[in-house]
Amino acid sequence: MRHMWLLLLAVIMTSGCATGAARPAREGGPAPTPAQAPAPTKPAAGESSSVDRPQYASTYQRHPNPPVLIRNATIMTATGQEIASGSILLKDGRIVAVGAKVDAPADAVVVDGTGKFVTPGLIDEHSHLGVYAAPGTDAESDGNEATNPVTAEVWAEHSFWPQDPQIPLAIAGGITTIQALPGSANLIGGRSAILKLIPARTVQEMKFPGARYGLKMACGENPKRVYGQKGGPSTRMGNMAGYRGAYIQAEAYRRKWDKWNKDHQGDPPDRNLRLESLAEVLRGDIYVQNHCYRADEMANMLDLGREFGFRIRSFHHAVEAYKIRDLLAAAGTGAAVWADWWGFKEEAMDGIKENAALLQQAGVRVNIHSDDPSGIQRLNQEAAKAMYAGVRAGIPVTRDQAIRWVTANPAWALGLDSLIGTLEPGKIADVVVWSGDPFSVYSRAIQVYNDGWLVYDRNDPAHQPRTDFQLGQTPAAGGRNDR
Amino acid sequence: MIAFLLAQTIAITGGTVYPVSGPKIADATVLIRDGKIAAVGTGVAVPPDAARIDATGKWVTPGLIDGAGQMGLVEIGAVAGTREALLKGDTIAASFNVAEGINPASVVISVTRIEGVTTVLAVPAGNLVSGQAVLIDLAGNTIEEMLVKSPVGVVLNDSETGKDFAGGSRAALVERVRRVFRDALEYERRRADFGRAQLRPLSASAADLEALLPVLHGQEPLIAYANRRSDIATALRLAREFKLKLVLAGAQEAWQIAGEIAGASVPALVEPLDNIPSYDALGVRYENAALLAKAGVKVALMETDTHNSRNLRQEAGNAVAYGMSWEQALRAVTLSPAEIFGVADRYGSLEAGKVANVVVWSGDPFEFTTGVEHVLIRGKEIPLKSRQTELLERYRKLPVKY
Repeated sequence: MRHMWLLLLAVIMTSGCATGAARPAREGGPAPTPAQAPAPTKPAAGESSSVDRPQYASTYQRHPNPPVLIRNATIMTATGQEIASGSILLKDGRIVAVGAKVDAPADAVVVDGTGKFVTPGLIDEHSHLGVYAAPGTDAESDGNEATNPVTAEVWAEHSFWPQDPQIPLAIAGGITTIQALPGSANLIGGRSAILKLIPARTVQEMKFPGARYGLKMACGENPKRVYGQKGGPSTRMGNMAGYRGAYIQAEAYRRKWDKWNKDHQGDPPDRNLRLESLAEVLRGDIYVQNHCYRADEMANMLDLGREFGFRIRSFHHAVEAYKIRDLLAAAGTGAAVWADWWGFKEEAMDGIKENAALLQQAGVRVNIHSDDPSGIQRLNQEAAKAMYAGVRAGIPVTRDQAIRWVTANPAWALGLDSLIGTLEPGKIADVVVWSGDPFSVYSRAIQVYNDGWLVYDRNDPAHQPRTDFQLGQTPAAGGRNDR
Repeated sequence: MIAFLLAQTIAITGGTVYPVSGPKIADATVLIRDGKIAAVGTGVAVPPDAARIDATGKWVTPGLIDGAGQMGLVEIGAVAGTREALLKGDTIAASFNVAEGINPASVVISVTRIEGVTTVLAVPAGNLVSGQAVLIDLAGNTIEEMLVKSPVGVVLNDSETGKDFAGGSRAALVERVRRVFRDALEYERRRADFGRAQLRPLSASAADLEALLPVLHGQEPLIAYANRRSDIATALRLAREFKLKLVLAGAQEAWQIAGEIAGASVPALVEPLDNIPSYDALGVRYENAALLAKAGVKVALMETDTHNSRNLRQEAGNAVAYGMSWEQALRAVTLSPAEIFGVADRYGSLEAGKVANVVVWSGDPFEFTTGVEHVLIRGKEIPLKSRQTELLERYRKLPVKY
C-alpha cells in the first residue's frame, strides 16, 4: 500500500450542476442519456461549445453473450434489499429479473450461486488508472499537465493507456466503471474520462456511452506547492482567486457563444478549449469533481459554486467532510472518501474512520473511492472497514447503505445512476459474483460481468484478461491466479 | 479504568485464547503479573486481588507485530521537519541507528495500538545501507521505555532505488557492498593501523564499518530489501559469501525461487497486498506470502504504510484469502516476526514468562466486523483513545462545541 507519493499528485473532480442566481438549480444534475444511445449531436456550428459533440465519440460496443442466470445466491441489490436465496437474469446487456424465483430462457448459462453473493459492479469515482499506468515510470506519468494552474483544456482520455496492467487487476476486484481523472497539481486539472473497465485497444472503446464529462478541480496544498515557485498560486487565497478568475473568463465566453448559438449573427466566436470546458460547467453539463481535504476549504468551494451558479457534484478525498456534513447535505454535494487514509500531509491529518458513517447519517451522498491502483482492487473491503467503524462507534450503517457507497452512490456522482449501480430490471448488467460476503476479508470476486459480458472469471483462464504489457514475462506476471 | 491502569495483576478470563505457540484454548485464562504473562490455560487460579477482564465470547491473541514502517520517525508524510528515517549525506549509513529519532509523543502511536498492533519495527529508509532498524513497543514516555531491541539489524537497500547510490547499476551495487564488507573486516583486523593512519582509504567511515561487524559475524541480521528475483538471488549470494544471517524484506518476486530461499533458511518480510507491477518486480502477486509459506519459508507480514500500520490485520486476512492458512497468517504477525527479530524469548506468543502484550478482540482479528476490546502492552491496559477518537467525539454532534 505504497500510496503516499502518488497520492500527493492525485486529483479529484467535482461535478457541478447549476444552482444559484445565474441558473436554475437542477437537483441531482442532468438526467443521463441512455447507455446504448450514441451521444447526441448538435448542429456543427454549435458543437464546439458543447459536450454533446460527435467528435471523440465512444465506440464502445457490447460484447455479444448468451443470457446468464445466477441462481441461489445472496443478492445485494443496493436498492434496500438483500435477497437471501435469489436469482438474477442477465440478457442482452441488461438485468431482466431479480428475485426469489426467476425463469431463465433455455439458452441461458446457469451459474450456481450457492454460498455466493452478488452485487452490482463496483464503481470507482476517483481513479488514475491509465493516466498513471504501471510500471510507474516517468514515461507513464500522464496525469498532471503541470504547466499551468488552469488546464481545463486537457482531457484525461487523451492520456489514458488501455494497456495499463493495473486494469485487469482492478477488473478482478469487481470494478466495472471508473472515472479516470487528471491529477491534482492544478487548480483546474482537466476533464475526466468515464470508462467501462474492459480490455480494449483504444480509450474510445471504453468510453461510457452518453456519460457526461467531469472537471477535475483541486484545493489546498497541491496546487500551491506545485506553483508556489512558478508564478503562483502560492497560497490558499491565491487558489481561490485562480478559480474565480478562470470562471469569470468562462462566463464571458459562455455569453458570447450562447448569443451566437441563438442568433447566428456574424462569424462564430473563436473557440477556446480551456474556456469551453468551464463554460460547460456553468451550463451544468459537466460535473465538477473537486479534490478537497479540509472542511473550511470545502465551505469556500461551495461559495465559489454559488458565485458562478454551479453545484459541485462531489468533494473527493474529503477527509474532513464529517466536520461540515450538514453543509454538504444542504448543498446537495456528495463526498468521496477513503475508509482510513490519513497523515500523509497536513491537510490529511484529521481523517477518521467514521467519516463515511457520519456523512451517511447526515444524508450526504457518500462513496468510497480509491485514488490508488491497489485500493481499487478491494473497494468492497474499504467499504466494510468504514461501515463497521461506524457501527462500532454507534453510528448506524446498513449493509445496503455500505454497498451503495461503492455502487449506487458513485453512479450518482457520475450522473449514471439511472443506468448502473443497482441490481434492478432494466439496469445495465454490470454484476459481480463474490465467493462469499463481499464485506468479509476472505471473499474475492469470482465472476465479473460488464454489460452482461463475462469479463473476468477467477476459475477460468480464458476469462482473465491480460494486457499486452504482461505478455512475454517469465514466469507469468503478477496478479494472476494460477493455483 | 484507573484500577486497571494501576493493577499489577490482571486476569483475562473466559476468552478463546490463541497462544500461537500452541493450539487455541477455549474458555481460557491469561494471567498477567508485573508486565509478564504468568500463566495461560484453563485451570489457572486467579488471585483475589487481580483485576479481571471478562473475555467471554472474545478472541485473545498476542499483540500484533508489524515488521515495517517508520513509526515515531514520521508524523506527517509531506512535512520534512517531522521525518527522521533518512540519513542524508552518507550512502553507507550502517551506524545510523534510528532509535533516538523516535518521538514517543507521536499521535500515530495511539492510533495504531488501539487497533491491536503493539510492537513495530522502526526502519531507516533510503541510501544503499539505510541504517539500523529497532523494535519498539507502542507504549512509553521515553525512547528507552519503548525500545524492545536495538539494533535489530542493518538494512540494505538491494533494489532499484539502491543502485542510485552505487553508480546506477545493480552490478556496481553488489560490488560496492562487497567492498564495504571486506573493508569492515580489514578494519577490524587492523584497528591499530587505522588509528595510526597506516591503512589505505576505506570505502566507508570507521563508525559505519564498525556497525557492520555484528552483521558480518552473524550476530545481527542483514535485512535486505530486494524485490526482483535477481536482486533476491544477489542477497542470497552475498549471504553465502560472507556467512550472513539474512532477512529478506519486500521480496515481491520471492515466490519464484521460494524453494531456494527455504533451503537457505532465510526468512522473508512480505506485504501481502503488494501486486502493482514495476520494473523492480514485474512478477509481484498476491499469492507471494502463501507460496513462500507453502515452500517452508518463515514469513512475517508487513504493512509498510506507517499511518495505517493498523491495517496489518487486513494484510493478514488477504494473505489468507490468497492461500495462507489462517494459523500461518496469525503466526506471521506475531511469533514469526518475533523470531526473525530475535526476540521470541520475550515476544510473539502467549506463554508464561513472556512480555504481556495482549489483545482482546470481539472476534476473528482479521475480519472487518471485529473490533479491539482491550489492549495490554507490557501488562498495562491501554486506554482506547487517540487523536482520532477525540476528533470523533468532538464532531459526533453538530454544532460542534469548541
